[in-house]
Formats: sequence, structure tokens, C-alpha cells
Amino acid sequence: MSSLHQSWYEAGARERIAALVDAGSFTEYVGPERRETSPHLGIFDLPAQFDDGIVVGAATVDGTPILIAAQEGRFMGGAFGEVHGAKLTGLLRAAKALNRDVVIAFDTGGVRLQEANAGEIAIAEIMRAVTEARIAGVRVVGLIGGRAGCYGGGGLIAGCCSTLIISEQGRISVTGPEVIETNKGVEEFDSRDRALVWRTMGGKHRTLIGGADLFVDDDAAAFRAAMLAALVRPAKAGSVRNASSVPFGRGERPGLDLATLDAEQDRLERRIARFGDAADATDIWRTLGIDDARAIPDMPSAAFATLAAQYRESADDAR
Amino acid sequence: MTPAEILDSLFPAGHDVTAEGDLLFGRGTSPGGRVVHVIGATARAPIGIDQAIRLSGAVLAIACSDDDAPILFLVDSASQRMSRRDELLGLSEYLAHLAKSLLLAEARGHRTIGLLYGGSAAGAFISTALACDTLVALPGAHPEVMDLASMARVTKLSIDLLEDKAKTTPVFAPGLDNLVSVGGVAEVWDPQRSLADQLATLLAAPRDHDARATLGAERQGRPKAAAIAGEVAAAARR
Amino acid sequence: MEILHFDIAAPVPAGGTRAMALVGVVASGNLEVLVERGAAADRCAIEISTAAHGFRDLWDAVVADFVGRRAAGGLRIAINDGGARPDTVSLRLAQAVRMIEEPEA
Repeated sequence: MSSLHQSWYEAGARERIAALVDAGSFTEYVGPERRETSPHLGIFDLPAQFDDGIVVGAATVDGTPILIAAQEGRFMGGAFGEVHGAKLTGLLRAAKALNRDVVIAFDTGGVRLQEANAGEIAIAEIMRAVTEARIAGVRVVGLIGGRAGCYGGGGLIAGCCSTLIISEQGRISVTGPEVIETNKGVEEFDSRDRALVWRTMGGKHRTLIGGADLFVDDDAAAFRAAMLAALVRPAKAGSVRNASSVPFGRGERPGLDLATLDAEQDRLERRIARFGDAADATDIWRTLGIDDARAIPDMPSAAFATLAAQYRESADDAR
Repeated sequence: MTPAEILDSLFPAGHDVTAEGDLLFGRGTSPGGRVVHVIGATARAPIGIDQAIRLSGAVLAIACSDDDAPILFLVDSASQRMSRRDELLGLSEYLAHLAKSLLLAEARGHRTIGLLYGGSAAGAFISTALACDTLVALPGAHPEVMDLASMARVTKLSIDLLEDKAKTTPVFAPGLDNLVSVGGVAEVWDPQRSLADQLATLLAAPRDHDARATLGAERQGRPKAAAIAGEVAAAARR
Repeated sequence: MEILHFDIAAPVPAGGTRAMALVGVVASGNLEVLVERGAAADRCAIEISTAAHGFRDLWDAVVADFVGRRAAGGLRIAINDGGARPDTVSLRLAQAVRMIEEPEA
């Protein structure tokens, strides 16, 4: 590991995996040498990428085996196509069979529209595979802080993960700003107002309302540290307060269950009751008890993390 | 078919399904005497946080009950609600929670059958119809990821090009036939026949895994997904 | 897509033992270069897939320059091009050859 700062936002998928896992431990499945490219992009005379914009495989972190996937946000906006999605589906099905935790580095605009139907079904298959793995006791940890954000179906998959780690640059949303503006008008959402985008969908707001769990600097080493912390959390939400640093053994890890989703139902109902009339994120932050809500966007990460720990809505027992 | 016609054909012995805004909740009784839970998102309405949380609440109430009665999800929606408020409050979490609720109900022994009888699109489609264990449709259903005009704006491809490609390429174009071809819709029911009979046949066939990629390969709309997912899963388990 | 093939004399054999190297991404103005071994020791085989049609002469010049300057003998190179400029292509080719020569982890 280098002690030099490495921006997570700027890094590519392969660099992110290298920064997260033990040196030399990564084995890729269906890698670029296999040339399993999209069978559909050629219809539009668009160039393919040999790995279809996602890297999946196995590695160790501090000696513990995990499965890991990273999307390449620079290729087609990290969007889910047929092959891209299938690689993640296969990895998640293996995770369930092996009872092995999964780390997903998201960087995606959502469904790849040139193969929209295949991408849409792929999202549904992945959400099912994540949820079934979690029911079996597997942790699925999502990392969000790339240039493409985590939009559309990517946001839905993230919503199925057990823990989400996010940086300020990370954005989670279903409908992107441009699509809201295109469909509903600039008075509904001005996509060129970047400050509005960040405070509505960005990492700080998601952390404050409980849409993400661990807030980190835009630093690959910080993402790795948070990932390690997430991987020793109990797989079963609800017992986090008694968190043990000892990983649970195979077969001893109760997973996502009715109590988890009942708690999430309560949490999301409470959010609407508390903040449903808020016009802007700053109104929500004020309701949380943060007096100087307008200072949040420019606040340095460490100061924000301290503040968030005090005032945020937590989702520890309800995701 | 209208929701009332669909429910009458499914449950000739009667049902107590009632509307709450554009949502439906209730139960029906099959000709064989079997209770079926019904939920619905109707009238081509968008699904935002308020609709999603109401639907997930109903699904979880069914999931925690001791019966193993199937859940039938009638779907005729627009896309997810596209608004600043919904995104501000975390629509992704609400839609994911609805999907997880359906998947958990299934894991707890309830068959979950999506019946697409109208429109549905994008995130709304994924978190409702596509989160069921089996999705069936009626002729005239018109699922889509995004309409071609919006797609043209996002992809910067011309609408003429997209309309031209849409005639021959199922993989991206809107429409029921295309969703069938990629394996997203398992079967299209015949509205001239009793829907109750068709539901009974479906429920009689066991369902043990996600077969959509296999269907997509057989129907040639999604040639590679099943093989790639299978290969990755096998490699990881070696 | 336009597919271009070059199979050219490369007198200096490539160094290192890595089986493959991959650099770059397919994005506007960028390209990915996948380098593998397997061509005859004194040849370099290059296949280019590009959406920018009609630039064969330019590619010819860039790859000839590359093979003349770098130890590329025995390499099979596959390129997916997102419309990169010649200087970007040269940079990626150099990076890819350097990477396949790196000691294995």
C-alpha cells in the first residue's frame, strides 16, 4: 500500500480493486483476454470494451477471502449491459453458494440504453441475487464515490446492499438530474445547478438521512479502511450495537430477515413523516438539529463525519 | 382488460380487493378455494416514495403472516416518479425496499406473481413486476425502460436511427415482445381464456431459481447472459 | 466498426514474462490496449477496432513508429478505440508494453 493519497473519484476500476485488496491476491473471472464483449454495441457502431466495463473476481483482504466487483465509470458511463450485468449476477450467486462476502465498487449511470431491455433485466437479476445472498447471511458492501455516481438501477442495487460506504463525490439517485429536467422541466430540477445536485443526491446528504452508512474522504485508503470495518460488522443487521470484531463463521451468520425489513419499513416511514414536507436538503439538515445547515457542503470531511455522527439518522439496524 | 375484469376472471368466487388511490389491496379466492393476496399499482401512475412505502408495508404484512398464500401483483404504472422531492428523500431506498420485501416474502414461502396488464417503466418496473418470482403479461401490455424520445436525448443518437433499429433489435426497444424475448416476461396469458385457470397452471409448476437469463438465451434476445453468469459462478466455486 | 489488421516485422523481442497487459479505457478520445504474447518472435500482430472510419494510413504510421521504437516482437495487440488522437495511441501502446515487461507480482 502506498501512503500517497490516491483519489477514488479519479481511479479506474482495476486501480480501485488493487487499492482495496491484498497485493497479488486478485484473480479475475472472465477477464479481458476472453473478449466477452457486448453483442449489442456494434449495432450502433459503438466500440466495445474487452471486459464490458466491469471487473469481477476473488481476492483476500487482510487474509480473508472475499468476492469483489468494480465498475468502470468511464466506459459507457459504467452502465449495465447484458455481459456487464451477468458477470455481477454470477459473482453474487457464487457468494451465496460459498457464503462469502462481496464488495461492489459502484460507478454507474444505470441501464445501458443501447441494450436497455437486457440491462433492465440484469438489474432485476442482480437485486435478486444480492437479496438472496444476504438472506443466506452474506454481507454485500457497496462503495460509492466514482465519477458516474450510482444512478438508476445502480441506485436500486445499492439499496439492496447491507452496508454502503460513500464519499462526498458519491451520488445515489434513481432518476438523474438531466432526466428529471428533461421530463419535468427546469423548475422541477435545474440539472446545471451543481450545488443542488450535490446536496440532493450527494454523499453528505445520503449519510445524514441514513441512505449511506460510512462517510469517507475521496481517498482509496479511506475506502479500504471503511470496507474492512464493514466486513467485520455482523451480517445480520439488528445486532450492530454488540458488534464483535470476530468474523462469524460459516453457517453461524443469520442474514437479512423479516425483522430487518420491518425495521427498514419503520425507518423509511419515519423519514417521510419527519422530512416529507422539506423543500430542500438544508431544511432536512436543520430538522436533524444542525443549526448552520448551509455550512455543510463546504465542510471538510473529518469535521463533517464528526457532525454527522451526532445528528444523522442511522440505518444500522434497518437496511 | 381493466383491473375489474382481470379480478373477475381470476376470482369468479369473489374478492375483496379495493382501491386506495391508484393502488390495490385485498384478497381473492381461486375456484379451487385457494386464497390469493392481491396488490396493485394501476392507472399508469408513477411510483414514488409514498406509493412504494405503502406497497412494501402490505407485502411485509403478508410476509409475516403464517399462510403461504401467493401474492399477485397487478401492474399498470408509469416509471418511477421523477421529482426533486422523491430523490431528496431517497427514492432508491424505497424502491429497493419494495423489491426486497417481495423477495423476502418469496423466501418465506409465498409465490409472487407479477401480472403486467398495462405500462411500466424503468425503476418502477424493476421494483414491482420484475421483483416477482414469475412475471406474466396480458396482450397490450407495454413495458419499457425509457421511451425512444428520451433515449435519443440521453444517448445523443437520433430518434430516426433509434426508430429504425427498434424494428429489428429487441434488446433495446420498448414493447412486450421485446421484454419476452430477453426473458423478462415468462409468458403472455390469453385473455380469451379463464385467467383463474392460467394462474392455477402457473402456481402448480414449481419455481426454484431465476430462469430469466436461460429464457433470454432460448428466445435469442439475450444471447450471452446465462452463459457468462454461469461461467463466473463456476469459476468462483472452483 | 472498422477493423484493421497489421502484422509487421518487429526485430526486438518483447521482454518480461507476464502473459498479458491491459491499459486504457474505451471512452471518447481514449482507447484500450490489450497486449498478449503469441505472435512469432520477430513479428507484432495488431488488431484495431475503431468507430472512426477511414484512418488506416494514420494507424499504419502510428504502429510502424511504435514497433520501430519498442521491443514488440512476439506480441499480439488488440485495440478498442474510442476515437483517440495519435499521440494518445502512442502513449497507450508504450504503457502497455512497459506493463507486460513488469516483474510479476
